[in-house]
Amino acid sequence: MFGLNKKDTTFLLIVIALTLFTPILMQPFAEGSGLAQFNGGYPDLMQKVAIFGIFAVGFNILFGLTGYLSFGHAAFLGIGSYAAVWMFKLLTMNVIPAILLAMVVSGIFAAAIGYVSLRRSGIYFSILTLAFAQMCYKMAYSVLTPLTNGETGLQLSLDDPRVLDGASEGHSLPVTNIFGLPMNASYKLEALGHVFTFNVGFYFSAVIAIIAFYVAIRLFRSPFGMMLRAVKSNQQRMTYTGLDPKPYTLAAFVISGMYAGLAGGLLAAMDPLAGADRMLWTASGEVVIMTILGGAGTLMGPVLGAGVIKYLENIFSKINEGVLHQWFSFLPDGLEDLVIWIFARFTGEGWHLTLGVTFMLVVTFLPGGLIEGLKRLNKRIKGGSKKRDKYDDPDPEHRPEPGKHVA
Amino acid sequence: METILLQLLNGLDKGSAYALIALGLTLIFGTLGVVNFAHGAIFMIGAFCAVTLSRLLSLSFETIDPTKVDFLGNPAKIKTPYVEAWFGHDFGGALIDWAVPLAILFSIPIMIAVGFAMERGLIKHFYKRPHADQILVTFGLAIVLQEIIKYFYGANPISTPAPDAFKGSFDFGAMLGFDPNMIIYPYWRLIYFGFAAVVIGAVFSFLQFTTFGMVVRAGMADRETVGLLGINIDRRFTIMFGLAAAVAGVAGVMYAPILSPNYHMGMDFLVLSFVVVVVGGMGSLPGAVAAGFLLGILESFASMNEIKAIIPGIDQIIIYVVAIIILLTRPRGLMGRKGVMED
Repeated sequence: MFGLNKKDTTFLLIVIALTLFTPILMQPFAEGSGLAQFNGGYPDLMQKVAIFGIFAVGFNILFGLTGYLSFGHAAFLGIGSYAAVWMFKLLTMNVIPAILLAMVVSGIFAAAIGYVSLRRSGIYFSILTLAFAQMCYKMAYSVLTPLTNGETGLQLSLDDPRVLDGASEGHSLPVTNIFGLPMNASYKLEALGHVFTFNVGFYFSAVIAIIAFYVAIRLFRSPFGMMLRAVKSNQQRMTYTGLDPKPYTLAAFVISGMYAGLAGGLLAAMDPLAGADRMLWTASGEVVIMTILGGAGTLMGPVLGAGVIKYLENIFSKINEGVLHQWFSFLPDGLEDLVIWIFARFTGEGWHLTLGVTFMLVVTFLPGGLIEGLKRLNKRIKGGSKKRDKYDDPDPEHRPEPGKHVA
Repeated sequence: METILLQLLNGLDKGSAYALIALGLTLIFGTLGVVNFAHGAIFMIGAFCAVTLSRLLSLSFETIDPTKVDFLGNPAKIKTPYVEAWFGHDFGGALIDWAVPLAILFSIPIMIAVGFAMERGLIKHFYKRPHADQILVTFGLAIVLQEIIKYFYGANPISTPAPDAFKGSFDFGAMLGFDPNMIIYPYWRLIYFGFAAVVIGAVFSFLQFTTFGMVVRAGMADRETVGLLGINIDRRFTIMFGLAAAVAGVAGVMYAPILSPNYHMGMDFLVLSFVVVVVGGMGSLPGAVAAGFLLGILESFASMNEIKAIIPGIDQIIIYVVAIIILLTRPRGLMGRKGVMED
């Protein structure tokens, strides 16, 4: 089905089902119970998971397949957001043209930046993309202020033309919509003591995320995807067989830039404002973390990574010392204070510390990310503690030996 | 003429900081072959060493002076720093005043320890891994270090003044025969430049004129052969990592009066320092230093009003533009040699 083999079709169907039932799945705890704070089923978080899932899937097309580590992908996210907000300001509040424009504009930027950066590889490529992204960020703050509105960020205002919508009456800003259905509309369902929120914005992002995911599967399984893997495993060998890797990597760069632009457009569609801080290099670092945490080069990994990070970010930031006191009240006083002090460093304000530590642990001990962890666990359960035999390839990607470093 | 000279001078202090950080980055890269994204965090820790020492020195106890009253009519409480009580008012006061220069001595052992801990504890395990993994793990480490500093010192910049003796500005114009007050330059920045020059000179002569430095240079050229000669090159490289950390650390200490330390200053400098390293040529020490000063001075020239009037906003992006042009026209950087980091 859909041009996929049987295994991939089942996989895609499972992903679709999981995505569509997210509002229920992420709300496992009854309202008012002690664990209700772990519920992630509110629209803002679910939208973010879907959108950053798209972003990470796109990043993975570049990094996971070709091995080119871009440290400037957030630039495309920011560019997409700006393009989408301009569409809201000038044309219509319907989100479809906005995200289309976001993809086109970021695609053009990706083509230009990629054309230049891809002339180098390895660390030089990372630094070139980083330099371009920082340049976009600085320019958004300085020269391009008429386009980006500088530090305030680009926002909607009442006197925007909005040609297609006609003159809007009233004193409140219009909301983004899809053919009249507003993005922030929600339907709340109460059942079995749970409150489930079904949000238009989330379902819109979810449908787009599924499409994006489907495109990614097709791409991974296509001859084009094989070419990209060839770029990663051994570019030299590829050129010896008479193939030029450049067009392939550039195409991958543009595609992943368009994914990032799409994610940026969706972010703007959920909340119509765009700021330059979306392009900061820490934002680029975040998508790298998501992809690595989930598992670079795997299909599901980036989505999983984006979900885990966005979920933990929201939940961890909410846990303050008061909550911790409730949890550990059963411990003796001195011990309780100690345990709470330790936990408090990692929750609430300390979320970034948790992120950094997790990231370091994953890169060090589990380079394949959570997906590899799950696979290992699965193997452990199935095959008992069978030892690896010597024919198990320890280096399945056939990485060449690192070169010499000469001063 | 005056403005050109002024901008040249203005570029020197930032250029010195870039050069010092880039020097450390290149040392680590040249010896261990590791791309260290946590180097900016080391610079930041150095700056916070200065903060810590100046706080330690001004720790004080309160005494009640019954002869005076404060505005509420209560007996006035007078704070006396411990050092003033111990060493007398004059010497103690001078110690507090000179906290930043003293912090250099204070920071060197700390930074070397931090460097050793980083290399032995973490980076050692990444020599055989691809560069992407090294970038990623040190990026994670940088986040962690940053958050730890943020927890202890808060998110706001902490101003750390230079000693009173260097508070003023130096009037270059008067000295060189121009109008007075045309070219004035704060003493501390002048000192920073001199300090950077001394440190850079020291590192180079250490590598050039000592046996240890000779072995390290040999190891940079061919690690395997040096190992075969029965020299424990790994231990020497670890020491070089400590040295690189100390260089970045003292660069941070001395920069504290110029830019009030905050927890993300390291990241801001790191991105630029990487650009500097790449422009200078990956793995080339003179290249890193030259590119550091070059980019610092270019940045200050670009922030002149005359130039900004022609190309608006150029001061923000000049470094990146230069880096992109150089990488594309001369991929190895200004002084890079063949065969370094070329896939």
